[in-house]
Amino acid sequence: MDEFASVSLTVATPFYWLTDLPTRMGDWGEDVVISRQSLLKENGSLRAEQRVLRAKLQKMASLATENVRLRELLNSTARLKDNVLVAEIIGISPDPLSQHVIVNKGTGAGVYVGQPVIDAYGLFGQVIDVSPISCRVLLITDSSHAVPIQVNRNGVRAVAEGVGLLHEMELPHVAATTDIQESDILVSSGLGARFPVGYPVATVVSVVRDPGKPFMKVKVMPKAHLNRSRHVLLVFKTEAQAFAEEVVGDELK
Amino acid sequence: MSSSEGGWLIVVTFLLALLMQAIPMPYDLLWARPQWLCIVVIYWAMATPQRVGVGVAWLMGLILDGINGSLLGQHAIAMAVVAYIALVLYQRIRMFVVWQQAFIIFILIGVEQLLSLWIQSLHSGSSPSLLFLLPALISALLWPALVVLLRGLRRRYGDVKHI
Repeated sequence: MDEFASVSLTVATPFYWLTDLPTRMGDWGEDVVISRQSLLKENGSLRAEQRVLRAKLQKMASLATENVRLRELLNSTARLKDNVLVAEIIGISPDPLSQHVIVNKGTGAGVYVGQPVIDAYGLFGQVIDVSPISCRVLLITDSSHAVPIQVNRNGVRAVAEGVGLLHEMELPHVAATTDIQESDILVSSGLGARFPVGYPVATVVSVVRDPGKPFMKVKVMPKAHLNRSRHVLLVFKTEAQAFAEEVVGDELK
Repeated sequence: MSSSEGGWLIVVTFLLALLMQAIPMPYDLLWARPQWLCIVVIYWAMATPQRVGVGVAWLMGLILDGINGSLLGQHAIAMAVVAYIALVLYQRIRMFVVWQQAFIIFILIGVEQLLSLWIQSLHSGSSPSLLFLLPALISALLWPALVVLLRGLRRRYGDVKHI
């Protein structure tokens, strides 16, 4: 069945490629007929942004080494850097009831089923079908998708489920006494060994406590720009993660 | 009439319809996409019932499932049913004036949407509302223009012996 999915995705890719052609030509035209003035302006703002990011990176580097030292003190495994591959979205799901995108990297680039996908702002989704030239990425907001998360502020764990809407997700079965507040940032917890630890997933939009119900109603908004991103990053498994998966796999057996 | 005559026109319109099914739409307008493939299948089933029937409709639905990434066979079975209804009714529908035909199209595509939605809801989330009838309505509104276009193409490039 996987092979059939791969074949049908291979057949579908040219269609998506063709439908994407006008957008790509538009982008190309914009790049070609851009004025010197606006190029200079863009260059200036990019430089400024790069300076700011560099400054942040300096701090990050020292924090990362500090983190490694502390983890050594605790005798726990160090976190490794994630390897990523930049890919372009060439098609979006035509079906309003299922949310996925087609991305222009496939088994040829080492993409595998279950691979996590992020964009510049947060967790994007995971690969569900893969063909030699493309792959299908299920968005985290699809009604059949769930991500294990953690509140960044205090480490409370929960699961963020998609409900089929692009700007909304839910945290089901959160006990009424749980400490979750509006505008909390949720990051991936890495439990389940599918998504890497620590990528931002969503922001809490509303928390409703109904005394008559055992659970709170928590609505969250995904961080990733699910309908605006043109480029996504495919995250490759690191050694630490592969090890974690091995351990989890053994326990399940 | 030889069986290959004008056959390429049918294939080209099917390919174009599949392309239109995959064209990206704004998120808020996703429900407003006309069911291009289904309209074209119904048109050919009515215009040349000896060529396009349940089997072709099923095959097209299968390809659509492959492109959409939906449950395999979901659109295939819905389109086969719709093609069957169209084949039973084609002699009557041909006699109708165009707005009556559009009404029949609304019902046929509504049936297609309903069937594929039922099958989809067996394995994933349920439908949010009556929004699934919107594609049927928009397809029906497009029918008069499409029938003129497809008939013109068929008279020019295909066989002329049939209405």
